[in-house]
Amino acid sequence: MDNLQIGRHISGQFNEDLERVINNVMHMGGLVEKQLSDALASVEQGNIDLAKQVLSNDYQVNNYEVRIDNECTRIIAKRQPAAGDLRLIMAIVKTISDLERIGDEAQKIAKVALESFSSSQQDLLVNLDNLGRRVLEFLQLSLDAFTRMDCDAAIKIHQMDEKINREYEALMRQLMTYMMEDPRSIPQVMTVIWSARALERIGDRCQNLCEYIIYFVKGKVVSHSTAEDIKNLEAK
Amino acid sequence: MISISPRALATGSDPSLASKLDLNNLAPEQVALDINKLNLYYGKKQALNNITMSIPKGQVTAFIGPSGCGKSTLLRCINRMNDLVDDCHISGEINLHGNNIYNKHVDVAELRRKVGMVFQRPNPFPKTIYENVVYGLRIMGENNRRRLDDAAEKSLRSAALWNEVKDRLHESALGLSGGQQQRLVIARAIAIQPEVLLLDEPTSALDPISTLTIEELINDLKKQFTVVIVTHNMQQAARVSDQTAFMYMGDLIEYSDTNTLFTTPQKKKTEDYITGRYG
Repeated sequence: MDNLQIGRHISGQFNEDLERVINNVMHMGGLVEKQLSDALASVEQGNIDLAKQVLSNDYQVNNYEVRIDNECTRIIAKRQPAAGDLRLIMAIVKTISDLERIGDEAQKIAKVALESFSSSQQDLLVNLDNLGRRVLEFLQLSLDAFTRMDCDAAIKIHQMDEKINREYEALMRQLMTYMMEDPRSIPQVMTVIWSARALERIGDRCQNLCEYIIYFVKGKVVSHSTAEDIKNLEAK
Repeated sequence: MISISPRALATGSDPSLASKLDLNNLAPEQVALDINKLNLYYGKKQALNNITMSIPKGQVTAFIGPSGCGKSTLLRCINRMNDLVDDCHISGEINLHGNNIYNKHVDVAELRRKVGMVFQRPNPFPKTIYENVVYGLRIMGENNRRRLDDAAEKSLRSAALWNEVKDRLHESALGLSGGQQQRLVIARAIAIQPEVLLLDEPTSALDPISTLTIEELINDLKKQFTVVIVTHNMQQAARVSDQTAFMYMGDLIEYSDTNTLFTTPQKKKTEDYITGRYG
């Protein structure tokens, strides 16, 4: 949090406002991370109670989003942030919206645990679990980079999404084959497809988080830049 | 064949897409004032250090910075107001149309006709509203009643004051409110059709609504004049100016278009100042 330098404003109240809002974003990030790891664990273990807990906890994520959003609006109205402070607030507003959507995707994944899979279909879930672990790691690294506003880390982990996309496509091909071989399994395979899709979307949103960090530090919007251009930013 | 909807092609007049001026590389016809290696000393103390900048024509340029950074001093150099200060000496050039205003042969009264100035506190003369506006013209020898009337109306309209004073032009200017007096002073400054208008904290003595009226007026004035404004209020600089120069301890730290300076300043000092981290 050091390179945020939020503690250096002349106005102590402004420092407090920014610190509070950043702490809230971190708590929200921690909560979303827990929701995703619980959702994945519930699927892996077939733990229905844990899955239900994920579903019922989503309101907390939503509450965080509303609270932080209000706080940011208030800061803009009262403090007229400029330069780095303005970019920080803009990055936070976008980040919480992506975190909230990650929470929603975690809910979708938890619903898989509520379905019944026969023992022969269990290996479907194993593949899902592999993709899940990779996405969870991506989320953790993105949140770590956000905590430190570490632009170099954000640029590096930004590329993880490509690997996730490749794994997702491989999984899709496998699931297609599964459906063709055994049409009776289509309902279960469809459930797995939806949650794989949810994981792939979480990857995209983690990539967005990295882009907001780059925006805050470098002042450049890189949402539509090529991977090559983003990598070049590291040197600058 | 893919057809693109006209909406997708319409770029409109989005100010963020407007082409930015390259302040280091302005064409001669785009430059109103060219300041070159300007140094100013009050006695032995140097107040301006080697300032070089080009102020573009028909735009609003703001000087910001903490107290004592030299922004008012720099503004006052532009119409040689510092000549009135004892013990002040200057080196370097300020070129207006390619002519150095510090040249020995320059007629300072004529220079001040081309470069008008408005101060922090409204300073109308203890005369009628009408006489205040036409004062400069009378000094220049204009006595034709019709031409004076026309000029008074035009200036008061440009200063967004006409509708409020048209029925009491021959009453004392001292009866106007602070905001009205400041607009009257602006009308007086523009009546003689200057090329450059210098505003030294023009709204610091005014209430918020009068401030917004003056800011709106500044935006209109740039269509006719080049405006240079010194302000303590950073949000005001952000609202009214096209270019902003940040000064600190007599140095020009950063000078760029206002959108860039307030969102992605390049210098740490600028960032610290505009985000309120400078003590």
